[in-house]
Amino acid sequence: MKRIDLHVLGPLIALIALFILGALLNPAFLAPANLSNVLARSAFIGLIAVGMTFVITQGGLDLSVGSMAAFLAGITIMAMNALAGFTGENWGTILLGMGVALAGGAAAGFVNGALITKARIEAFIVTLGTMGIFRSLVTWLADGGTLSLDSGLRSIYRPVYYGGIGWITWPIIIFAIVAVLGEWVMRHTRFGRHVEAIGSNDRVARYSAVDVERVRLMTYVLLGALVGLATILYVPRLGSASGSTGVLWELEAIAAVIIGGTALKGGRGRVWGTVVGVLILSMIDNILNLTDLVSPYLNGAIQGVIIVLAVILQREKRAAE
Amino acid sequence: MKRRNLLKLPMAAAALSLMAGAGFAQDEEGAVIGVSIPSATHGFMGGLNWHAQDTIDRLGETYPNIEFVLSTAGDAASQVADIEDMLATRNIDGLVVLPFESEPLTDPVKMVKEQGKFVTVVDRGLAEEGIEDLYVAGDNTAFGRVAGEYFRDNLDAGAKIVVLRGIPTTLDNERVEAFEAALEGSDKEILDMQHGNWNRDDAFNVMQDYLAKYPEIDAVWAADDDMAIGVLEAIAQAGREEEMVVVGGAGMKDIVKRIMDGDPQLPVNVTYPPALISSAIEMTALNFTSSAPMTGRYIIGSQLITPENAEQFYFPDSPF
Repeated sequence: MKRIDLHVLGPLIALIALFILGALLNPAFLAPANLSNVLARSAFIGLIAVGMTFVITQGGLDLSVGSMAAFLAGITIMAMNALAGFTGENWGTILLGMGVALAGGAAAGFVNGALITKARIEAFIVTLGTMGIFRSLVTWLADGGTLSLDSGLRSIYRPVYYGGIGWITWPIIIFAIVAVLGEWVMRHTRFGRHVEAIGSNDRVARYSAVDVERVRLMTYVLLGALVGLATILYVPRLGSASGSTGVLWELEAIAAVIIGGTALKGGRGRVWGTVVGVLILSMIDNILNLTDLVSPYLNGAIQGVIIVLAVILQREKRAAE
Repeated sequence: MKRRNLLKLPMAAAALSLMAGAGFAQDEEGAVIGVSIPSATHGFMGGLNWHAQDTIDRLGETYPNIEFVLSTAGDAASQVADIEDMLATRNIDGLVVLPFESEPLTDPVKMVKEQGKFVTVVDRGLAEEGIEDLYVAGDNTAFGRVAGEYFRDNLDAGAKIVVLRGIPTTLDNERVEAFEAALEGSDKEILDMQHGNWNRDDAFNVMQDYLAKYPEIDAVWAADDDMAIGVLEAIAQAGREEEMVVVGGAGMKDIVKRIMDGDPQLPVNVTYPPALISSAIEMTALNFTSSAPMTGRYIIGSQLITPENAEQFYFPDSPF
């Protein structure tokens, strides 16, 4: 038991080691403002990665989430700018905009999920296709430039990213709530058990009267809605969306899920591990910027090494199973 | 703007086949000019795409004999394919190309040249010299130097500067080296340089980390206005607007507007106009319509935008 625990705790140990390293290299690392920044930045990828944990656990994949976030940010901004003419610059308009982001995300997730489960196309191919579609759509909507939120709405909306309770800002709070809920759903609900069962062996799950297609579809809708939620937090940060918004978020989210101990082939999901994975990724970034350890050209290499190391820490566990 | 082009393609193809069927002989003065540029995935490229489309629309009316084929590519490989298609199916007489990357585009463009076409290369040079007839570019060295000289002459002695670099490329190196050279020997100090990748979100993150790391910063060289937007937001979050000035680059309309309005946080900007594609297309068209010599190198200078002259750099209709 003890030996296995060590492996399960692998990513957590890596995170603590990084934390200590950061504190030793630069005292500014531990300042509440810095920790708040790092955690708030992690929230976008974090929310998406929690959804991605469910998709990967059932044996699927979604490459479209980064483009989807950019597209949702675009239509949310356009919707709010347009609505402001009728409803005025107030919280009502912003709530409607949030509704657009959530509903749009769920709808986009439904399209992905339906193509995968109903049309029976490989998840990799479907989401590779929609990745290009969403990215082109946002570039087209922005006419190649940037979509910006009207400044009046901007100042009302701004506290959603920057405000909070003390230095614990709203993105951190929402990320924490979603992470706890996600872990609970995965561990203690029928849906969570079905997701793991399908990922382990979908045929056995089908014989056990699990509605495989429906559960699969639901994981994509859940992921889409979480991308919408991430968008709600992202838009007030810079108040803009363009073709370069959310580039490579999908890979970061997938990397966080795998670092956290979820098997890429499915069957075993660990939401709290995903949260640790997300924190590892954004903390490396922060530490590299705070210190002058290596040439900035090598930042990507350092991240790559740590990702691989974190996964090696868990490989033995899988072999032992 | 691929979308517009896409709509035109089927019609153009139909028209072409009709013309071919009717034994259409092209007017002696007529010419087809292909324009191949990277797609609009970033503010500057968005502006460049807008100016390209705008120029083509305008020149199409001025010179009815000249036909333009515009294509935008998301990577070097598809740009090569675009150019091959232009040669094979549109029989272009001239090519205006902004290479996505220098190395992979060198041979394909050389092939176009070898077939006796007029070649204009824009902004990013090819890996081999002497291929193009006309080279139109912004001045990357001046882009860095002008910003460096502004800091040298206008900041207090001992001022501390942080730099946000672009995507690691030779173009970025040229700019940064010129910036450093302009500051050399002065009493200003460069604290740090990290890559913000010409991206708002990345610049926001890097600037947040700079603010955590350095209690005293007097000036930021963001080297691109998309990055400047992210930088300004990070400074606002930390509530340190009063402490430092931000100098971006390329002349984004929102930034130019704020300089026009005398924003103390944004004293100046350095031009690197996305409209340089217009110069290139226009000069290529002139090659086919006039007897004026159009070969050589045309380098568009980088100017300092100040509150006094900002108005002439303000294009409210451009998406950038």
